[in-house]
Amino acid sequence: MLSGEQTLAGRFGTHHTVRVAGALIVLLCVVAVLAPVIAPYSPAAQLDIVALKNTPPSRAHPFGTDWFSRDVLSRVIFGARVSLSVAGLSALLSTTVGTAYGLAAGYAGGRVEQMMMHLLDALLSIPRVLLLVAVLALWQPVPLPGLVLVLGLTGWYGVSRIVRAEVRNASSREYVLAARALGASNVRVVLRHLLPNVAGPIIVATTLGVANVIVLEAGLSFLGVGAREPNASWGTIFFTGGSSPTDTWWVALFPGVAIVVTVLAFNVLGDALRDILDPRQLHSIGSRSSD
Amino acid sequence: MRRQLAARLLKSLIVVLIVTTISFFLIRSAPGDPFSYEGPNFTPAIRAQWREQFGYNRPLPEQFARYVASVARGEFGYSHARRRPVRDALADALPRTVLLVGVSLALSFVLGIVLGVVQSTRPGSRIDRAISNVLLLFYSLPDFWFAMIMLVGFTLWLPLFPPGGIVDPVMHDYMGPWQAFADRLAHLVLPAATLTLLTSAAVARYQRSAMLDVLPMEFVQAARAKGLSERRVVWRHALRTALTPVIALLGLLLPALVGGSVFVETVFSWPGMGLLTADAIFNRDYDLVTASVVVGAVMVALGNLLADMLHGLVDPRLRD
Repeated sequence: MLSGEQTLAGRFGTHHTVRVAGALIVLLCVVAVLAPVIAPYSPAAQLDIVALKNTPPSRAHPFGTDWFSRDVLSRVIFGARVSLSVAGLSALLSTTVGTAYGLAAGYAGGRVEQMMMHLLDALLSIPRVLLLVAVLALWQPVPLPGLVLVLGLTGWYGVSRIVRAEVRNASSREYVLAARALGASNVRVVLRHLLPNVAGPIIVATTLGVANVIVLEAGLSFLGVGAREPNASWGTIFFTGGSSPTDTWWVALFPGVAIVVTVLAFNVLGDALRDILDPRQLHSIGSRSSD
Repeated sequence: MRRQLAARLLKSLIVVLIVTTISFFLIRSAPGDPFSYEGPNFTPAIRAQWREQFGYNRPLPEQFARYVASVARGEFGYSHARRRPVRDALADALPRTVLLVGVSLALSFVLGIVLGVVQSTRPGSRIDRAISNVLLLFYSLPDFWFAMIMLVGFTLWLPLFPPGGIVDPVMHDYMGPWQAFADRLAHLVLPAATLTLLTSAAVARYQRSAMLDVLPMEFVQAARAKGLSERRVVWRHALRTALTPVIALLGLLLPALVGGSVFVETVFSWPGMGLLTADAIFNRDYDLVTASVVVGAVMVALGNLLADMLHGLVDPRLRD
């Protein structure tokens, strides 16, 4: 096992990574908010469809230009707005729905809980990507709020599993029994006593959920069913870049790097928060990009 | 164990039925139908005639009853976009995806388990942290983007492998059996490697923490105290117990892999289920969408069944 010294060093390292990852995320948010100030061009402007079509990175266009002579750097900067807000909002929605469902199931117990968990198993076995592609392609064009909605409503299963497990764990503890003995109502017990005690894992799951949704939304936009012009996300840049990555590597590389750096920051932050908030290491399973 | 399997089978059956029903009604409730694409000779009268011919103008419950009856007879309907029976389209695509996903799944569990165990024996060491960081990077890569990087990297910059498809489109028919096999293998390497590297990151992260939970347990100490070699203690005794949660991961990873194969198949032009399903959805190819979603659900159900059986193998307490 770890010696005390190693654990301390580990803790320190953890806090250090939290700071770095957190700072990176704040920076990305600032870039997203200040996009019109920072970006050299408009993300939709077709600068010169003849002379500036598919030009490789240069001093004037550090990330190059795409098929429609749009500046890729400006598109990446503005893409941060769409990618981050879609991912953040739908992760919040997933967390809210998942927490409510998990709290209800865990607190209800018995047959109700069993039924709810069976339903959850059924939902978990539907490949999320296929479901999303189907809904988004069949009802296209889906506006951004719709995208947030379907991403959020298909992403809460993992959270509700974690919350339900934690609630079951907590609901037999003395403090809950005491609250009940004092005559607290069910709603009060759940909201005032159970919820604060399962907050740690929920925060961790939400952080990892944001990373998850950024990748997922990028993939959907890459297929052409996610965020649409003029609200291009990082994934949309590939789809409407208009040529193959073998010809114009810069159109594929730079938005990809933006995605990887952001997702990495959220994953590192989530892992570190888990070490701090959730020492029992309750892992959210199967949270790879497309579950 | 047998009763558990029977219960699991029943549950899987119900899930598949639910998924079938949902996909059937979902695609039909969307605007448009298989004949709503534009074409110079498609007058409204012709469209109406086709709808009549395939029964798409009947009430939905009636269509559903007919569909279920035809599936029971082994008929999965007709693909309008591909102009062939759905069964034939599935018979072509399914083995390709089973091959790709099967190979990737097997390789990523082997790679992930080995990495996780190696890490767990030296927690906090330089090698543990190095592997963790690399795994986290792979864990954070978008599937389609990593596939594109692999494609550009190994077919353009370092042209070691063919750039997509399942066989050489021109030469394959003229090859001898060994050459043909090598050709298939060469086409499989990149998509399989892409899926393997992405999936093994999840497996290894999970295996590491499962091992760290198990290693301090008393039976591990007991095995050490018996004088067994450290290698035997770790790989035979501890790993066996730590495999249980990782096997459960199999059931959860499969939906992700089936979904992820959509991206990898798109980038590598691998004509499997992912590409077929995505195409079918875009074409509103009713029967093909329903059938391929059902195939996906069945694959996931089989994966869960496999996980249950592997549990029985690893944990003797689950056997009768």
